[in-house]
Amino acid sequence: MSARRPYVRSMDGWWRRNPFFIVYMIREGTAVLVIAYAVVLLFGVVRLAQGEAAYDGWLTALQSPWSLVFHLILLASFVYHTWSWFSIMPKTMPMILIGGKKLQPAVITGVGLAVSAIACAALFVLVMKLAS
Amino acid sequence: MADDGKIIEKIIEIEVLRYRPEQDKEPFFQSYQVPFTDDMSVLQGLQYIKDQLDGTLSFRWSCRMAICGSCGAMINGIPKLGCKTFLREYYPRKLRVEPLAHFPIERDLVVGVEDFIGKLERIKPYIVPKEPRTLAQGEYLQTPAQLERFLQFSSCINCMLCYAACPQYGLDSNFIGPGVLALLHRYNADSRDGARSERMELVHAEEGVWSCTAVGYCSEVCPKGVDPANAVNQNKTASAMDYFLRFVLPKGASR
Repeated sequence: MSARRPYVRSMDGWWRRNPFFIVYMIREGTAVLVIAYAVVLLFGVVRLAQGEAAYDGWLTALQSPWSLVFHLILLASFVYHTWSWFSIMPKTMPMILIGGKKLQPAVITGVGLAVSAIACAALFVLVMKLAS
Repeated sequence: MADDGKIIEKIIEIEVLRYRPEQDKEPFFQSYQVPFTDDMSVLQGLQYIKDQLDGTLSFRWSCRMAICGSCGAMINGIPKLGCKTFLREYYPRKLRVEPLAHFPIERDLVVGVEDFIGKLERIKPYIVPKEPRTLAQGEYLQTPAQLERFLQFSSCINCMLCYAACPQYGLDSNFIGPGVLALLHRYNADSRDGARSERMELVHAEEGVWSCTAVGYCSEVCPKGVDPANAVNQNKTASAMDYFLRFVLPKGASR
């Protein structure tokens, strides 16, 4: 008879065992805030469809102190989300060979972050122009 | 004794997770005081325990030079090769050595590897020639760029540290997992190989690449720079491409 009695360890609280996993959970968690902001914007579209008074009410609500605090939290989490997204982007891409050499992950991350920063700045300027 | 020219030995405390299936209900930590020198690895510390302090301690090892992949363990909770980690990094604090996470413990630091080996066999981890070739045709030639496509993935030594680093594998061991998927990609990415379509069946499956949530810790702990997370995640793109291309290509995307 076999004396084998393999012991299987529990996975309870696995994400607290290593700082790397905590950072991973925060990264995934920021996706919830991205959805939250999408809901805020969607609500604005619904209010817009209900007429000018409803839409103005929504705009006023956005300017409340609580809303501003909420937006600051959203901004911080979006910045972190963007950074984490481009940090893992090199891992999600097929190998890019330039002159027979592998393109370094830091280059891919850097280009991604630069492009998103430029896109954000361009969009910000465009919206400000349209609003004025 | 310093005055007669000998090196003074320092003593480090090593806690080892023990489990003897015939007598222990569950694993427990046992502490050992191990004299060490700066050039001693954690594996050598374990060997000292087995030779001098407690012959009942079980652990796997072979090459002592990070090429056989046998001595992987959780060292202070991080998957590492015992031979490639040095006791001096932990002194004067103690260190904890546990069997690789996410695998069933057979005895002490020895884990069950049947699941890993079974998965390794399933992916055809060898080159299946694209077309029959005679000796007279000579060797296969590859350009440096063709070599670069798979070279890093071929560095895998099957040490399973990436499995101990993968919570998705720990939560559901049906997942083929980082190391084996990296090896699968190593053969798919080889210009001499012709079995991509057979291997892609496993990539597409629930237990294939789609069970990965891009934690990315597998690539952090890999002692050979394989970057399994890259192999797995670029195959998500390949899998999605195959899915859509089957509508437009007569034989699907798989050649």
